[in-house]
Amino acid sequence: MPGPRTLLDKIWDDHVVCTPEGENSLLYIDRHLVHEVTSPQAFEGLRLAGRKVRRPEATFATPDHNVPTTDRRLPIADAISKQQIDTLRENCRQFGVRLFDLGDADQGIVHVIGPELGITQPGMTIVCGDSHTATHGALGALAFGIGTSEVEHVLATQTLRQAKPKSLEVRVEGSLPEGVTAKDLVLYLIGQLSTEGGTGYVIEYTGDTIRSLGMEQRMTVCNMSIEAGARAGMIAPDAITFDYLRGRDFAPADFEAAVARWQQLPSDPGAVYDRVEVYRAADVVPQVTWGTNPAQVIGVDAAVPAPTDFADPNDQSSGERALAYMGLEAGTRIVDIPLDRVFIGSCTNSRIEDLRAAARVVQGYQVAKHLHAMVVPGSGRVKRQAEAEGLDKVFTAAGFEWREAGCSMCLGMNPDTLSPGQRCASTSNRNFEGRQGKGGRTHLVSPAMAAAAAVSGHFVDIREWQYR
Amino acid sequence: MQAFTSHDGVVAALDRANVDTDQIIPKQFLKRIERTGFGQFLFYDWRFLADGSPNADFELNQPAAAGATILLARRNFGCGSSREHAPWALADYGFRAVIAPTFADIFYSNCFSNGILPIRLNEEDVAELFHRAAAATASEAGQYRLQIDLAGCSLQDTDGFARSFEVEPFRQRCLLEGLDNIALSLRHTDAIDRWEAAHGMPPVAAD
Ligand code: SF4
Repeated sequence: MPGPRTLLDKIWDDHVVCTPEGENSLLYIDRHLVHEVTSPQAFEGLRLAGRKVRRPEATFATPDHNVPTTDRRLPIADAISKQQIDTLRENCRQFGVRLFDLGDADQGIVHVIGPELGITQPGMTIVCGDSHTATHGALGALAFGIGTSEVEHVLATQTLRQAKPKSLEVRVEGSLPEGVTAKDLVLYLIGQLSTEGGTGYVIEYTGDTIRSLGMEQRMTVCNMSIEAGARAGMIAPDAITFDYLRGRDFAPADFEAAVARWQQLPSDPGAVYDRVEVYRAADVVPQVTWGTNPAQVIGVDAAVPAPTDFADPNDQSSGERALAYMGLEAGTRIVDIPLDRVFIGSCTNSRIEDLRAAARVVQGYQVAKHLHAMVVPGSGRVKRQAEAEGLDKVFTAAGFEWREAGCSMCLGMNPDTLSPGQRCASTSNRNFEGRQGKGGRTHLVSPAMAAAAAVSGHFVDIREWQYR
Repeated sequence: MQAFTSHDGVVAALDRANVDTDQIIPKQFLKRIERTGFGQFLFYDWRFLADGSPNADFELNQPAAAGATILLARRNFGCGSSREHAPWALADYGFRAVIAPTFADIFYSNCFSNGILPIRLNEEDVAELFHRAAAATASEAGQYRLQIDLAGCSLQDTDGFARSFEVEPFRQRCLLEGLDNIALSLRHTDAIDRWEAAHGMPPVAAD
């Protein structure tokens, strides 16, 4: 009998195909998600080697990174983007992979449509050539990003070579204060753990704070695990997970039997993690990043820190570079930072609950003069749902642009980008230099904080917002 | 895949922590559908000014880094996006090894897929290397060189610096022999078949 095991142990043990003498284990991969940017070279590799896709039915593809978010009836203006999207289409056709194509009602950001369609399920191993694959861990899956060579490996063998990662329990206890969201929580955790605190680990988020989060908020938390260096983040499945999945397109036919299996997944009492960190939800306030990595984050009620506030010399030099790039001075109050743009979207915060939260703030207000604001739903489904609820009208009446689904200005591969020097409040996950456009300055926030900033033209403390 | 056995090369010192893959290869260059040709875009937004001319202040544009094949950086190198375009760009530019105190997980394994050796040394040793690189650059030599031996997991300069480093034995072997990982895994197709059968999956269609 094995001793008490963690969620990670259980999924890992169940998926080890073999561990050949002197080699790393082959880990079976249940679901493989594919998008247009990190897959063309993998399919080309298969063709060159005369290999085929071992289990085409385990792979699902959608174009998201590069797609225009304006009128989809128009041809794609950027010839190279178009070629990449056409290549995905052709590869899926040739290798028999299910594609949710541009124009398909279910197209969207790969990490939004996986859970939404029920492709993502508890206990599965899920990979994608994308670092935010950790999102799917919110449903109790082991999900992580891989490189293109590994994409090719999974296509050919339905397995990956892996050494078992270490486990890190991040336990959060207590109730989140009013106005504090899952996004604030995960930004706070990244600030505490640092950008590399989770390197080499899979994070399991536990504690009553996490248990009380809805499914979409759990996705927001797991999504940003990579920003703390962890390749995967996961949350044990429970009734919230099962209720979310019931009735979704790709949910198991015998759902109750599946639930019975999934109920065995949570970590056993007494299971041992390699490391444990404990935080209090009461310590979290609405967060705003001030620098050029997501751990450079602070409460909205604080001021931009000075590099000399940090003990570590690496943090000091990073802080100095960040302030120079961001055009900020130490000591400036966060609420005094003026903004040019607001972006609500990305795989972190583009689901229906995110849009509802933002719309509730915007209701009855106008976007500040000289500020450009846009909402980009995470998927075609989210977009239709929002329109059915009239959220699109709330946004457009306030002066927001309402777009088609895709990654959009999260990384600005399509025409949605910041201009040099523009400052943006963004619900996405990365504030790296140039991420949203060369010279652009990104501040990461929650959807409600972004919406309030759009109305005010600068950051405001959402806890003081007058809802109309 | 290109094998890596031993290497003697010029060191480029990039004195920055948390260098993310968005900096190594910015997103506007991810639209290519080939694996090749990314070197010209390596560190693009740092290497070039807005008008497209080289940024003389950037470390790789300085004479000390001319012809460099070994990149030295501070901790958490390669964080962020999983894009394998980052090691493709480094390799295409000519880098064979990267030395840093720590690397992000996905970037670290992507290096091994592309014949690049990522070497972890502790912060003190990395600081010492930065120091030596600066001294060599200021001297008549003008450049700093290191010799790396993967079989012996050692690295040294010609002036008394010698350290050993750790690499997972399996990855070391794959890199030394330049093995095709997929071919290696396909040798275990029987085990994969058995796993699938044990999990109630129908057999895959035969060729
Ligand atoms: S929304 Fe942003 S982070 Fe998410 S998959 Fe797209 S580009 Fe990556």
